[in-house]
Amino acid sequence: MDDLLQEFIAETRETLDALSGEIVAWEADPADRARLDAIFRFVHTVKGSCGFLDLPRLARLSHAAEDVLAAVRSGERTPDQKLVTAVLAIVDRIGEIVEAIDAGAALDDSGEELLIAALNAGAEAAAPAAQQIPTVQRVGNRSVRLSTDLLDRMMSGMSDMVLARNELARRMRDQNVDPTIEAALDRLSLTVAEMRDTVTRTRMQKVDALFSALPRMVRDTAAEVGKSVQLQIEGSDVELDREMIEMMRDPLVHIIRNSIDHGIESAEERRALGKREVGRLIVSARQSGNQIILEVADDGRGIDTDRLVHKLSASGQSRGRDLSILSERAKLDLVFEPGLSTKDEVTAISGRGVGMDVVRANIEQIGGRIDLVNAKDRGLRILIHVPLTLSIIPAIVIGIAGQRFAVTRQAIEEIVHVSGDTIRVDLLGDTPAATVRDRRMPLVDLAALLGLRATDPVATDMLAIISASGGSFAVAVDSVLDHEELVIKPASPAVMATGIYAGQTLPDSGSPMLLLDCAGVAAAAGINFSRDAAVEEEEAVELEAISADALLFDDLDGRRRAVPLAIIDRVETIDASNVRFSGGRMRLLVDDRVVPLAALGEIEGHAQLAVLRIKDGDAEIAYAIAEPVDIVAIPADISPSAQPGPILGVVVIGDEQVELIDPQWLLGPDAQDIVRPGAPLCLIDSQSDSWIATFLKPVLEQAGYRVSTKANADEQPAVILTTDAAPAIARDGRVLRLSNDRRDTGGDDRVYRYDRAGLLAAVAKRVTAA
Amino acid sequence: MSEQLFLIAHIAGRGVAIDSAQVESVVDIGAVIPTPRAAPHIRGLAALRSRVVTVIDTHAALGLPKLAIAGSRAVITVVDGHHYAVLVDSLEDVAPFVASPLPSGIGLDAGWRQAGCGAVERDGEPILAIDLTALVHGPSNDANAIN
Repeated sequence: MDDLLQEFIAETRETLDALSGEIVAWEADPADRARLDAIFRFVHTVKGSCGFLDLPRLARLSHAAEDVLAAVRSGERTPDQKLVTAVLAIVDRIGEIVEAIDAGAALDDSGEELLIAALNAGAEAAAPAAQQIPTVQRVGNRSVRLSTDLLDRMMSGMSDMVLARNELARRMRDQNVDPTIEAALDRLSLTVAEMRDTVTRTRMQKVDALFSALPRMVRDTAAEVGKSVQLQIEGSDVELDREMIEMMRDPLVHIIRNSIDHGIESAEERRALGKREVGRLIVSARQSGNQIILEVADDGRGIDTDRLVHKLSASGQSRGRDLSILSERAKLDLVFEPGLSTKDEVTAISGRGVGMDVVRANIEQIGGRIDLVNAKDRGLRILIHVPLTLSIIPAIVIGIAGQRFAVTRQAIEEIVHVSGDTIRVDLLGDTPAATVRDRRMPLVDLAALLGLRATDPVATDMLAIISASGGSFAVAVDSVLDHEELVIKPASPAVMATGIYAGQTLPDSGSPMLLLDCAGVAAAAGINFSRDAAVEEEEAVELEAISADALLFDDLDGRRRAVPLAIIDRVETIDASNVRFSGGRMRLLVDDRVVPLAALGEIEGHAQLAVLRIKDGDAEIAYAIAEPVDIVAIPADISPSAQPGPILGVVVIGDEQVELIDPQWLLGPDAQDIVRPGAPLCLIDSQSDSWIATFLKPVLEQAGYRVSTKANADEQPAVILTTDAAPAIARDGRVLRLSNDRRDTGGDDRVYRYDRAGLLAAVAKRVTAA
Repeated sequence: MSEQLFLIAHIAGRGVAIDSAQVESVVDIGAVIPTPRAAPHIRGLAALRSRVVTVIDTHAALGLPKLAIAGSRAVITVVDGHHYAVLVDSLEDVAPFVASPLPSGIGLDAGWRQAGCGAVERDGEPILAIDLTALVHGPSNDANAIN
């Protein structure tokens, strides 16, 4: 609060100085609109600041003056000499009180009522009263306001100084110098380091400067709309560029007001919904990679996207678009449409014409981004990402193929040496993966990604575990060189366009260095943590409980893999002689039937094979393995495979990386015999004669039809196959009877059952007709 | 037609004139730190006092084959608030010249077309005036499309 007060004093004093000329000019010409506006703005600002700084005397004075000036502005009153004098008396008085606050001195408040009364039309001039009040000794300024440009120049000068000192030190090392000179250099170094810290701090400010005014504001806003809201603030000590803090102030206030007014329900409503009566508002700041994330989360009603769409369409703001077909996310984004107010009536708090569109524009202007995470009836989270650029960030310097790169300290979870079984690197297919104790994650070969050199990932010695949004990944590094606080500046557009750098910096070594953008590196390496995974964290807790079982087995190529137990019909041992490459793929003869066979290894050389008979619905396949191992629960945490294919992902089972077979690969349309969903359906209507069902099915399926033995109410078959023996069914163009009579060759509704060509022709005819 | 100051330099064996308004300084740059995955004409980063400059491989920017060893002599220019060091083979002098458009009918080839913005005449010898901004942006797709 002290900071804010100091700032208020400095600002007021400064404005007063600037205003003194205006006041004199206004006095000379009370009709001068520009002067009037300037003075009005001043008292208005003072009034606003006093509100949250809790300065009732100043608030009362400025409020009174504002009222009168507003009346003048709207033409209700004409500015006469008396009114001007009364307003000026108030302005003077504000100045005196501000000086008194700064000096910590008490100031008698007698006469202030008179000053206010003097503003009233018809009041006697009370100005002399103001003159009698003794002015307080003005204390010297303890703060100055500087342009950030000046700070930037100071900063750059500071860096020059550090570099000059470094060079001096280098040169002195080369030639044996007098120890006294060395001592002098040490002293210089110390001073330069201290100076650098100080200069660095001038640009940075704790985000607390932004948050400290919030409790009061939330309290007042909630009181105004008659709600009770509990505010929780987290991460106040995150540091942010001063300029950035200033830029964030208005958007943050706006968002919080919106949350209280629109988001959080009234106490009665909350009771009815079974929520706690007191609404909860969490404002937090955290550093994530190269960004600072400010988050405002409430547990209110969230955004009703359907109402939003309705509202926009009704008010004609849909601009001819059909909003209802938009995705949920796009609908949510409609909040940022200009001039939108979801509230039906304008309240005192929001609905003042400044919408979320302005908020977003302000944030994007400083290179930030705003994200909404909406859960209807459960609350809304608004995440404001602002870049770290211009900020000073603690970074770890890593060496890769002889070049140094910086990585933000926040992004690195830990740095580990590859050793033993607990921390290891394996190849899954061609994809390297790292196992760090009980976690397993993709491994990014940064040297290869950067094109510096090709490395053998398995030979990696040191890993940096990096957390990106949504998950973690490991990066192979050659060395960890340093821990430094770096001033990150944006690199030139051509360098930033690579997408893997967050900026550039000039460390003490004097050699430029690039800051890696960990999210960008992950993207460039093809690692894609589903965004939703992070967002839906709360829901995920419930999902984790439902874990599926899997059969763990050793595969033919020696790897350990797992397949979901739910799709396994049984495990059988078969003679390898029953496996043939026939009809274009591997097939297994089992139970006198042919079943497609899949394998991820060589079948040759095995006399006997264990096969998993996999069945799900109508789809069936066999999968050859070396031997089953165990039945285990699949951990909820599956690292997705780098490429689509037989492997869905990788899980950790008992300290081991296990590849999980993708059931879709096994049972998907490509793996199955020709039958595709949507192909014409043939119904075999024959209870008595199982021959057609068993013999005709593969024939028809091979011809590209789907075959069913039971009529499904949802779908009409294109052809109904039956036999003479079956009871007569209603005459239907779709019915085809199979006879035992060899002479039925040209008939329309009867076909000899062994006449394959005739049968298929008759089926095709009916399908075409259908 | 008033005279402007031009810096006469040599790039890829050709004399070029650079409008002095584009030139912040002329320096010898130190070690260049590579910027992996950046466009080919970005040679890397170099420190210039306390500032980091992006080093432009002029040959690559002109669509010419990269030089194995580039000189350290560079012209510093500022484009959109970023400092760039444009490598040059050598520098001659700074002198006032009258800038004129390219003589009609002369079609420049390859990257020169993009960089060239006119000509100056020195003792009867025409010298191509180039725009450093075009070099900084590198060979663009339209240039490729035209050729």
